[in-house]
Amino acid sequence: MITILQSQLLPPPPIKLRHSSLLFSPSQHSRPNLKFTSKSSPSPPTITMASIKVHGVPMSTATMRVLAALYEKDLEFELIPVDMRAGAHKQEPFLSLNPFGQIPALQDGDLTLFESRAITEYIADEYSEKGEKLMCPGCNKVKALTKVWLNVEGQQFDPIASKIAFERIFKGMFGMTTDPAAVQELEGKLVRVLDIYEARLSKSEFLACDCFTLADLHHLPVIHYLMGTDSKALFESRPKVCEWVKKITARPAWAKVVDLQKQ
Amino acid sequence: MAGIKVFGHPASAPTMRVLLTLHEKNLDFEFVHVDLMGGEHKKEAFLARNPFGQVPAFEDGDLKLFESRAITQYIAHRYEGQGTNLLPADSKNIAHYAIMAIGMQVEAHQFEPVAAKLVSEQVFKLKKGLTTDQAVVAEEEAKLDKVLDVYEARLKEFKYLAGDTFTLTDLHHIPTVKYLLGTPTKKLFTERPRVNEWVAEITKRPASQKILQ
Repeated sequence: MITILQSQLLPPPPIKLRHSSLLFSPSQHSRPNLKFTSKSSPSPPTITMASIKVHGVPMSTATMRVLAALYEKDLEFELIPVDMRAGAHKQEPFLSLNPFGQIPALQDGDLTLFESRAITEYIADEYSEKGEKLMCPGCNKVKALTKVWLNVEGQQFDPIASKIAFERIFKGMFGMTTDPAAVQELEGKLVRVLDIYEARLSKSEFLACDCFTLADLHHLPVIHYLMGTDSKALFESRPKVCEWVKKITARPAWAKVVDLQKQ
Repeated sequence: MAGIKVFGHPASAPTMRVLLTLHEKNLDFEFVHVDLMGGEHKKEAFLARNPFGQVPAFEDGDLKLFESRAITQYIAHRYEGQGTNLLPADSKNIAHYAIMAIGMQVEAHQFEPVAAKLVSEQVFKLKKGLTTDQAVVAEEEAKLDKVLDVYEARLKEFKYLAGDTFTLTDLHHIPTVKYLLGTPTKKLFTERPRVNEWVAEITKRPASQKILQ
Protein backbone atom coordinates (compact mmCIF):
# COMPACT_ATOMS: atom_id res chain seq x y z
CA MET A 1 0.00 0.00 0.00
CA ILE A 2 2.81 2.34 0.87
CA THR A 3 4.38 2.00 -2.53
CA ILE A 4 1.11 2.54 -4.30
CA LEU A 5 0.17 5.65 -2.38
CA GLN A 6 3.63 7.09 -2.45
CA SER A 7 3.69 6.74 -6.17
CA GLN A 8 0.11 7.69 -6.72
CA LEU A 9 -0.67 11.31 -6.32
CA LEU A 10 2.59 13.18 -6.16
CA PRO A 11 2.49 16.21 -8.41
CA PRO A 12 4.97 16.42 -11.26
CA PRO A 13 8.12 18.16 -10.05
CA PRO A 14 8.06 21.93 -10.33
CA ILE A 15 11.11 22.01 -12.58
CA LYS A 16 11.20 25.18 -14.62
CA LEU A 17 11.21 24.06 -18.23
CA ARG A 18 12.00 25.74 -21.49
CA HIS A 19 9.86 23.19 -23.29
CA SER A 20 6.16 22.88 -22.74
CA SER A 21 6.22 19.70 -20.81
CA LEU A 22 8.29 16.82 -19.66
CA LEU A 23 5.27 14.71 -19.04
CA PHE A 24 5.67 11.15 -20.14
CA SER A 25 3.57 10.30 -23.15
CA PRO A 26 4.22 8.63 -26.49
CA SER A 27 4.16 11.92 -28.35
CA GLN A 28 7.11 13.10 -26.31
CA HIS A 29 9.54 10.70 -27.86
CA SER A 30 10.32 13.01 -30.74
CA ARG A 31 10.92 15.93 -28.40
CA PRO A 32 14.19 16.39 -26.62
CA ASN A 33 14.29 15.52 -22.94
CA LEU A 34 16.14 17.44 -20.28
CA LYS A 35 19.44 15.92 -19.38
CA PHE A 36 20.60 15.98 -15.77
CA THR A 37 24.33 15.74 -15.59
CA SER A 38 26.16 14.62 -12.52
CA LYS A 39 27.69 18.05 -12.10
CA SER A 40 25.23 20.31 -10.37
CA SER A 41 24.59 23.09 -12.81
CA PRO A 42 22.95 26.39 -12.06
CA SER A 43 22.82 26.99 -15.82
CA PRO A 44 19.80 25.78 -17.80
CA PRO A 45 19.83 22.09 -18.60
CA THR A 46 21.38 21.06 -21.87
CA ILE A 47 19.38 19.13 -24.41
CA THR A 48 21.21 15.99 -25.42
CA MET A 49 20.46 12.30 -25.40
CA ALA A 50 21.90 10.22 -22.57
CA SER A 51 21.86 6.44 -22.80
CA ILE A 52 20.51 6.15 -19.25
CA LYS A 53 16.93 7.24 -18.67
CA VAL A 54 15.18 7.16 -15.31
CA HIS A 55 11.40 7.27 -15.31
CA GLY A 56 10.28 8.57 -11.94
CA VAL A 57 9.92 11.63 -9.74
CA PRO A 58 12.43 13.16 -7.31
CA MET A 59 10.02 12.90 -4.36
CA SER A 60 9.69 9.14 -4.64
CA THR A 61 11.94 7.23 -2.25
CA ALA A 62 12.48 4.44 -4.73
CA THR A 63 13.40 6.91 -7.48
CA MET A 64 15.79 8.66 -5.08
CA ARG A 65 17.53 5.37 -4.40
CA VAL A 66 18.36 5.03 -8.08
CA LEU A 67 19.35 8.67 -8.50
CA ALA A 68 21.74 8.35 -5.55
CA ALA A 69 23.51 5.43 -7.22
CA LEU A 70 23.76 7.31 -10.52
CA TYR A 71 25.25 10.39 -8.85
CA GLU A 72 27.69 8.26 -6.82
CA LYS A 73 28.88 6.79 -10.09
CA ASP A 74 29.08 10.17 -11.81
CA LEU A 75 26.85 8.91 -14.61
CA GLU A 76 24.92 11.08 -17.00
CA PHE A 77 21.23 10.38 -17.23
CA GLU A 78 17.90 11.86 -18.15
CA LEU A 79 15.15 12.05 -15.57
CA ILE A 80 11.83 11.60 -17.31
CA PRO A 81 9.04 12.61 -14.95
CA VAL A 82 6.01 10.36 -14.72
CA ASP A 83 2.68 12.10 -14.23
CA MET A 84 1.53 10.23 -11.17
CA ARG A 85 -1.47 12.43 -10.61
CA ALA A 86 -2.80 11.46 -14.03
CA GLY A 87 -2.09 7.80 -13.27
CA ALA A 88 0.50 7.52 -16.03
CA HIS A 89 2.33 4.84 -14.06
CA LYS A 90 -0.70 2.55 -14.19
CA GLN A 91 -1.11 2.76 -17.96
CA GLU A 92 0.78 2.16 -21.14
CA PRO A 93 3.35 3.07 -22.16
CA PHE A 94 4.75 3.01 -18.60
CA LEU A 95 3.47 -0.52 -17.95
CA SER A 96 5.75 -1.76 -20.72
CA LEU A 97 8.63 -0.49 -18.60
CA ASN A 98 7.32 -1.87 -15.30
CA PRO A 99 4.30 -4.18 -15.46
CA PHE A 100 3.79 -3.64 -11.70
CA GLY A 101 3.01 0.02 -12.42
CA GLN A 102 5.51 1.52 -9.99
CA ILE A 103 8.26 4.07 -10.39
CA PRO A 104 11.12 4.06 -11.06
CA ALA A 105 12.00 2.27 -14.24
CA LEU A 106 15.40 2.64 -15.85
CA GLN A 107 16.50 2.26 -19.44
CA ASP A 108 20.15 1.85 -20.36
CA GLY A 109 20.37 1.54 -24.10
CA ASP A 110 17.94 -1.25 -24.91
CA LEU A 111 17.95 -2.75 -21.40
CA THR A 112 14.87 -1.93 -19.32
CA LEU A 113 14.89 -2.52 -15.56
CA PHE A 114 12.62 -1.88 -12.58
CA GLU A 115 12.68 -2.51 -8.79
CA SER A 116 15.00 0.16 -7.39
CA ARG A 117 17.25 -2.32 -5.56
CA ALA A 118 17.82 -4.36 -8.72
CA ILE A 119 18.56 -1.17 -10.63
CA THR A 120 21.14 0.05 -8.11
CA GLU A 121 22.83 -3.35 -8.13
CA TYR A 122 23.00 -3.21 -11.92
CA ILE A 123 24.52 0.28 -11.79
CA ALA A 124 27.08 -0.88 -9.22
CA ASP A 125 28.07 -3.87 -11.38
CA GLU A 126 27.93 -2.40 -14.86
CA TYR A 127 29.78 0.76 -13.87
CA SER A 128 31.98 -0.77 -11.19
CA GLU A 129 35.03 1.07 -12.48
CA LYS A 130 33.37 4.50 -12.48
CA GLY A 131 32.92 6.96 -9.67
CA GLU A 132 32.53 5.72 -6.11
CA LYS A 133 32.68 2.05 -5.21
CA LEU A 134 29.23 0.83 -4.17
CA MET A 135 30.21 -2.73 -3.32
CA CYS A 136 33.15 -3.59 -1.09
CA PRO A 137 35.91 -4.98 -3.26
CA GLY A 138 37.19 -8.31 -2.12
CA CYS A 139 36.39 -11.84 -1.43
CA ASN A 140 33.17 -13.78 -1.38
CA LYS A 141 32.86 -13.31 2.36
CA VAL A 142 32.54 -9.53 2.07
CA LYS A 143 30.13 -9.83 -0.85
CA ALA A 144 28.03 -12.26 1.17
CA LEU A 145 27.87 -9.90 4.14
CA THR A 146 26.85 -7.08 1.82
CA LYS A 147 23.95 -9.23 0.60
CA VAL A 148 22.94 -9.86 4.21
CA TRP A 149 22.67 -6.14 4.97
CA LEU A 150 21.03 -5.38 1.62
CA ASN A 151 18.36 -7.87 2.63
CA VAL A 152 18.14 -6.38 6.11
CA GLU A 153 17.32 -2.97 4.63
CA GLY A 154 14.73 -4.44 2.31
CA GLN A 155 13.13 -6.90 4.71
CA GLN A 156 13.60 -5.47 8.22
CA PHE A 157 14.10 -1.70 7.97
CA ASP A 158 12.13 -0.50 4.97
CA PRO A 159 8.76 -2.17 5.68
CA ILE A 160 8.61 -0.36 9.04
CA ALA A 161 10.41 2.90 8.25
CA SER A 162 8.57 3.58 5.01
CA LYS A 163 5.22 3.14 6.80
CA ILE A 164 6.31 5.75 9.35
CA ALA A 165 7.27 8.11 6.52
CA PHE A 166 3.88 7.45 4.96
CA GLU A 167 2.06 8.26 8.22
CA ARG A 168 4.07 11.36 9.08
CA ILE A 169 4.62 12.89 5.66
CA PHE A 170 2.86 11.40 2.67
CA LYS A 171 -0.58 11.07 4.24
CA GLY A 172 -0.61 14.82 4.81
CA MET A 173 0.13 15.39 1.13
CA PHE A 174 -2.96 13.43 0.16
CA GLY A 175 -5.24 15.19 2.64
CA MET A 176 -5.23 12.26 5.07
CA THR A 177 -4.36 12.45 8.78
CA THR A 178 -1.48 10.80 10.60
CA ASP A 179 -2.57 7.96 12.88
CA PRO A 180 -0.59 8.50 16.10
CA ALA A 181 -1.29 4.99 17.38
CA ALA A 182 0.09 3.51 14.19
CA VAL A 183 3.17 5.71 14.43
CA GLN A 184 3.74 4.62 18.00
CA GLU A 185 3.43 0.95 17.14
CA LEU A 186 5.74 1.29 14.15
CA GLU A 187 8.32 3.24 16.11
CA GLY A 188 8.24 0.51 18.74
CA LYS A 189 9.34 -1.90 16.02
CA LEU A 190 11.85 0.49 14.47
CA VAL A 191 13.73 0.96 17.73
CA ARG A 192 14.37 -2.77 17.89
CA VAL A 193 15.87 -2.63 14.41
CA LEU A 194 17.92 0.45 15.27
CA ASP A 195 19.27 -1.24 18.41
CA ILE A 196 20.60 -3.97 16.14
CA TYR A 197 22.09 -1.33 13.83
CA GLU A 198 23.73 0.34 16.83
CA ALA A 199 25.40 -2.94 17.81
CA ARG A 200 26.46 -3.60 14.22
CA LEU A 201 27.88 -0.12 13.70
CA SER A 202 29.90 -0.51 16.90
CA LYS A 203 31.79 -3.26 15.10
CA SER A 204 31.81 -1.99 11.55
CA GLU A 205 32.13 1.50 10.15
CA PHE A 206 29.30 0.96 7.69
CA LEU A 207 26.66 -1.74 7.70
CA ALA A 208 28.25 -4.36 5.46
CA CYS A 209 31.92 -3.60 6.01
CA ASP A 210 34.26 -0.68 6.55
CA CYS A 211 33.35 1.03 3.32
CA PHE A 212 30.14 2.65 2.09
CA THR A 213 28.08 0.25 0.01
CA LEU A 214 24.63 -0.05 -1.52
CA ALA A 215 23.53 -1.53 1.82
CA ASP A 216 23.96 1.94 3.34
CA LEU A 217 22.79 3.86 0.26
CA HIS A 218 19.45 2.06 0.10
CA HIS A 219 18.50 3.61 3.46
CA LEU A 220 19.06 7.20 2.40
CA PRO A 221 15.66 8.18 0.97
CA VAL A 222 13.53 7.00 3.88
CA ILE A 223 16.02 8.21 6.49
CA HIS A 224 16.08 11.58 4.73
CA TYR A 225 12.33 11.87 5.17
CA LEU A 226 12.28 10.61 8.76
CA MET A 227 15.02 13.02 9.82
CA GLY A 228 12.62 15.82 8.95
CA THR A 229 10.10 14.51 11.50
CA ASP A 230 9.94 13.75 15.23
CA SER A 231 11.11 10.23 14.40
CA LYS A 232 14.60 11.66 14.02
CA ALA A 233 14.98 11.26 17.77
CA LEU A 234 15.18 7.50 17.34
CA PHE A 235 18.28 7.91 15.17
CA GLU A 236 19.86 10.76 17.09
CA SER A 237 19.62 9.00 20.44
CA ARG A 238 21.83 6.14 19.28
CA PRO A 239 25.43 7.39 18.98
CA LYS A 240 26.72 5.01 16.31
CA VAL A 241 23.52 5.19 14.28
CA CYS A 242 23.56 8.98 14.58
CA GLU A 243 27.15 9.14 13.34
CA TRP A 244 26.35 6.80 10.46
CA VAL A 245 23.30 8.84 9.42
CA LYS A 246 25.42 12.01 9.44
CA LYS A 247 28.13 10.35 7.32
CA ILE A 248 25.85 8.91 4.67
CA THR A 249 23.61 11.96 4.34
CA ALA A 250 26.66 14.22 4.02
CA ARG A 251 27.81 12.48 0.85
CA PRO A 252 27.96 14.90 -2.11
CA ALA A 253 26.01 12.52 -4.35
CA TRP A 254 23.15 12.49 -1.85
CA ALA A 255 23.11 16.28 -1.70
CA LYS A 256 22.52 16.29 -5.46
CA VAL A 257 19.50 14.02 -5.09
CA VAL A 258 18.04 16.29 -2.42
CA ASP A 259 18.71 19.30 -4.65
CA LEU A 260 16.60 17.79 -7.40
CA GLN A 261 13.61 17.93 -5.08
CA LYS A 262 14.11 21.64 -4.63
CA GLN A 263 14.15 22.44 -8.32
CA MET B 1 32.76 -33.11 8.16
CA ALA B 2 30.48 -30.65 6.45
CA GLY B 3 31.47 -27.04 6.95
CA ILE B 4 27.94 -25.97 6.16
CA LYS B 5 25.34 -25.68 8.91
CA VAL B 6 21.77 -24.48 8.70
CA PHE B 7 20.03 -23.38 11.89
CA GLY B 8 16.31 -23.42 11.21
CA HIS B 9 12.96 -25.12 11.28
CA PRO B 10 11.64 -27.47 8.59
CA ALA B 11 8.24 -25.73 8.44
CA SER B 12 9.75 -22.27 7.98
CA ALA B 13 9.53 -21.01 4.38
CA PRO B 14 12.81 -19.05 4.63
CA THR B 15 14.56 -22.12 6.06
CA MET B 16 13.16 -24.16 3.17
CA ARG B 17 14.57 -21.65 0.68
CA VAL B 18 18.04 -22.39 1.98
CA LEU B 19 17.54 -26.15 2.15
CA LEU B 20 16.24 -26.20 -1.44
CA THR B 21 19.36 -24.38 -2.58
CA LEU B 22 21.67 -26.79 -0.79
CA HIS B 23 19.86 -29.79 -2.25
CA GLU B 24 19.91 -28.30 -5.76
CA LYS B 25 23.66 -27.98 -5.34
CA ASN B 26 24.10 -31.50 -3.87
CA LEU B 27 25.94 -30.00 -0.93
CA ASP B 28 26.50 -31.79 2.37
CA PHE B 29 25.33 -29.87 5.39
CA GLU B 30 24.25 -30.25 8.97
CA PHE B 31 20.73 -29.18 9.89
CA VAL B 32 20.41 -27.82 13.41
CA HIS B 33 16.81 -27.68 14.55
CA VAL B 34 15.85 -24.44 16.30
CA ASP B 35 13.07 -24.88 18.85
CA LEU B 36 10.73 -22.08 17.80
CA MET B 37 7.95 -23.22 20.11
CA GLY B 38 10.38 -22.97 23.01
CA GLY B 39 11.49 -19.48 21.94
CA GLU B 40 15.02 -20.57 21.18
CA HIS B 41 15.25 -18.08 18.31
CA LYS B 42 14.84 -15.18 20.73
CA LYS B 43 17.56 -16.33 23.10
CA GLU B 44 21.13 -15.12 23.21
CA ALA B 45 22.86 -18.07 21.54
CA PHE B 46 20.68 -17.79 18.46
CA LEU B 47 20.63 -13.98 18.47
CA ALA B 48 24.40 -14.13 18.13
CA ARG B 49 23.78 -15.82 14.78
CA ASN B 50 20.89 -13.61 13.69
CA PRO B 51 20.28 -10.50 15.79
CA PHE B 52 16.78 -10.24 14.25
CA GLY B 53 15.85 -13.50 15.99
CA GLN B 54 14.56 -15.26 12.87
CA VAL B 55 15.33 -18.57 11.24
CA PRO B 56 17.32 -19.51 9.30
CA ALA B 57 20.90 -18.72 10.24
CA PHE B 58 23.78 -20.23 8.31
CA GLU B 59 27.42 -21.07 8.62
CA ASP B 60 30.01 -22.11 6.04
CA GLY B 61 33.30 -22.56 7.82
CA ASP B 62 33.84 -19.30 9.63
CA LEU B 63 31.40 -17.32 7.48
CA LYS B 64 28.16 -16.64 9.32
CA LEU B 65 25.11 -15.34 7.48
CA PHE B 66 21.40 -14.72 7.90
CA GLU B 67 18.50 -13.51 5.68
CA SER B 68 17.48 -16.47 3.50
CA ARG B 69 17.87 -14.64 0.18
CA ALA B 70 21.40 -13.52 1.07
CA ILE B 71 22.24 -17.10 2.02
CA THR B 72 20.84 -18.59 -1.20
CA GLN B 73 22.75 -16.04 -3.29
CA TYR B 74 25.96 -16.82 -1.42
CA ILE B 75 25.51 -20.56 -2.05
CA ALA B 76 24.64 -20.01 -5.72
CA HIS B 77 27.81 -17.98 -6.31
CA ARG B 78 30.24 -19.79 -4.04
CA TYR B 79 29.28 -23.20 -5.45
CA GLU B 80 28.57 -22.04 -8.94
CA GLY B 81 30.30 -24.95 -10.60
CA GLN B 82 28.40 -27.57 -8.65
CA GLY B 83 24.99 -29.18 -9.01
CA THR B 84 22.19 -27.15 -10.59
CA ASN B 85 23.14 -23.73 -11.88
CA LEU B 86 20.87 -21.30 -10.03
CA LEU B 87 22.24 -18.20 -11.74
CA PRO B 88 21.45 -17.15 -15.33
CA ALA B 89 23.09 -19.36 -17.96
CA ASP B 90 25.58 -16.61 -18.72
CA SER B 91 26.13 -15.46 -15.15
CA LYS B 92 28.85 -12.98 -16.06
CA ASN B 93 26.41 -11.09 -18.26
CA ILE B 94 25.46 -8.17 -16.07
CA ALA B 95 22.23 -7.46 -17.93
CA HIS B 96 21.05 -11.07 -17.56
CA TYR B 97 21.97 -11.01 -13.90
CA ALA B 98 20.00 -7.79 -13.49
CA ILE B 99 16.90 -9.45 -14.96
CA MET B 100 17.23 -12.22 -12.38
CA ALA B 101 17.77 -9.61 -9.68
CA ILE B 102 14.50 -7.90 -10.67
CA GLY B 103 12.72 -11.22 -10.24
CA MET B 104 14.23 -11.68 -6.79
CA GLN B 105 13.09 -8.21 -5.73
CA VAL B 106 9.62 -8.88 -7.15
CA GLU B 107 9.37 -12.09 -5.14
CA ALA B 108 10.52 -10.32 -1.97
CA HIS B 109 8.47 -7.12 -2.31
CA GLN B 110 5.45 -7.91 -4.52
CA PHE B 111 4.74 -11.61 -4.05
CA GLU B 112 5.89 -12.68 -0.61
CA PRO B 113 4.31 -9.95 1.58
CA VAL B 114 0.91 -10.81 0.11
CA ALA B 115 1.40 -14.56 -0.10
CA ALA B 116 2.77 -14.78 3.44
CA LYS B 117 -0.38 -13.11 4.83
CA LEU B 118 -2.49 -15.68 3.00
CA VAL B 119 -0.42 -18.52 4.46
CA SER B 120 -0.62 -16.97 7.90
CA GLU B 121 -4.43 -16.63 7.75
CA GLN B 122 -5.17 -20.00 6.20
CA VAL B 123 -2.44 -22.25 7.63
CA PHE B 124 -0.56 -20.94 10.65
CA LYS B 125 -3.54 -19.38 12.42
CA LEU B 126 -5.41 -22.68 12.24
CA LYS B 127 -2.45 -24.48 13.78
CA LYS B 128 -2.68 -22.08 16.69
CA GLY B 129 -6.41 -22.68 17.08
CA LEU B 130 -7.37 -19.26 15.70
CA THR B 131 -9.87 -18.58 12.88
CA THR B 132 -9.13 -17.38 9.39
CA ASP B 133 -10.21 -13.80 8.71
CA GLN B 134 -11.92 -14.18 5.34
CA ALA B 135 -11.96 -10.43 4.73
CA VAL B 136 -8.17 -10.38 4.90
CA VAL B 137 -8.01 -13.41 2.62
CA ALA B 138 -10.25 -11.69 0.07
CA GLU B 139 -8.20 -8.49 0.20
CA GLU B 140 -4.88 -10.26 -0.15
CA GLU B 141 -6.13 -12.59 -2.90
CA ALA B 142 -7.15 -9.51 -4.91
CA LYS B 143 -3.56 -8.26 -4.65
CA LEU B 144 -2.13 -11.69 -5.49
CA ASP B 145 -4.40 -11.82 -8.56
CA LYS B 146 -2.68 -8.71 -9.92
CA VAL B 147 0.79 -10.10 -9.26
CA LEU B 148 -0.04 -13.43 -10.87
CA ASP B 149 -1.45 -11.66 -13.94
CA VAL B 150 2.02 -10.17 -14.42
CA TYR B 151 3.60 -13.60 -13.87
CA GLU B 152 1.23 -15.18 -16.42
CA ALA B 153 2.24 -12.63 -19.05
CA ARG B 154 5.92 -13.11 -18.22
CA LEU B 155 5.72 -16.89 -18.34
CA LYS B 156 4.06 -16.75 -21.75
CA GLU B 157 7.34 -15.29 -23.02
CA PHE B 158 9.77 -17.38 -20.98
CA LYS B 159 9.81 -20.81 -19.45
CA TYR B 160 10.88 -19.47 -16.06
CA LEU B 161 10.67 -16.05 -14.43
CA ALA B 162 14.18 -14.86 -15.27
CA GLY B 163 14.45 -16.52 -18.65
CA ASP B 164 14.57 -19.99 -20.07
CA THR B 165 16.39 -21.64 -17.18
CA PHE B 166 15.44 -22.27 -13.55
CA THR B 167 17.11 -19.73 -11.25
CA LEU B 168 17.02 -18.46 -7.67
CA THR B 169 14.13 -16.24 -8.72
CA ASP B 170 11.90 -19.28 -9.19
CA LEU B 171 13.37 -21.14 -6.24
CA HIS B 172 12.59 -18.38 -3.75
CA HIS B 173 8.88 -18.82 -4.44
CA ILE B 174 8.71 -22.57 -3.87
CA PRO B 175 8.06 -22.87 -0.12
CA THR B 176 5.27 -20.29 0.02
CA VAL B 177 3.70 -21.53 -3.22
CA LYS B 178 3.66 -25.02 -1.78
CA TYR B 179 1.84 -23.80 1.33
CA LEU B 180 -0.73 -21.95 -0.76
CA LEU B 181 -1.43 -25.03 -2.87
CA GLY B 182 -2.86 -26.57 0.30
CA THR B 183 -5.39 -23.74 0.68
CA PRO B 184 -8.32 -22.40 -1.41
CA THR B 185 -5.87 -19.80 -2.77
CA LYS B 186 -4.59 -22.64 -4.96
CA LYS B 187 -7.19 -21.66 -7.55
CA LEU B 188 -5.36 -18.42 -8.29
CA PHE B 189 -2.45 -20.51 -9.54
CA THR B 190 -4.38 -23.30 -11.28
CA GLU B 191 -6.67 -20.97 -13.23
CA ARG B 192 -3.72 -19.38 -15.02
CA PRO B 193 -2.34 -21.88 -17.56
CA ARG B 194 1.32 -20.81 -17.65
CA VAL B 195 1.51 -20.12 -13.91
CA ASN B 196 -0.05 -23.53 -13.34
CA GLU B 197 2.62 -25.20 -15.49
CA TRP B 198 5.39 -23.26 -13.79
CA VAL B 199 4.13 -24.26 -10.34
CA ALA B 200 4.04 -27.92 -11.42
CA GLU B 201 7.59 -27.67 -12.81
CA ILE B 202 9.18 -26.07 -9.78
CA THR B 203 7.44 -28.23 -7.18
CA LYS B 204 8.22 -31.52 -8.92
CA ARG B 205 11.98 -30.93 -8.97
CA PRO B 206 13.85 -33.61 -6.96
CA ALA B 207 15.16 -31.00 -4.51
CA SER B 208 11.63 -29.69 -3.99
CA GLN B 209 10.30 -33.19 -3.47
CA LYS B 210 12.96 -33.75 -0.82
CA ILE B 211 11.99 -30.91 1.44
CA LEU B 212 8.36 -30.09 0.77
CA GLN B 213 6.07 -32.05 3.04
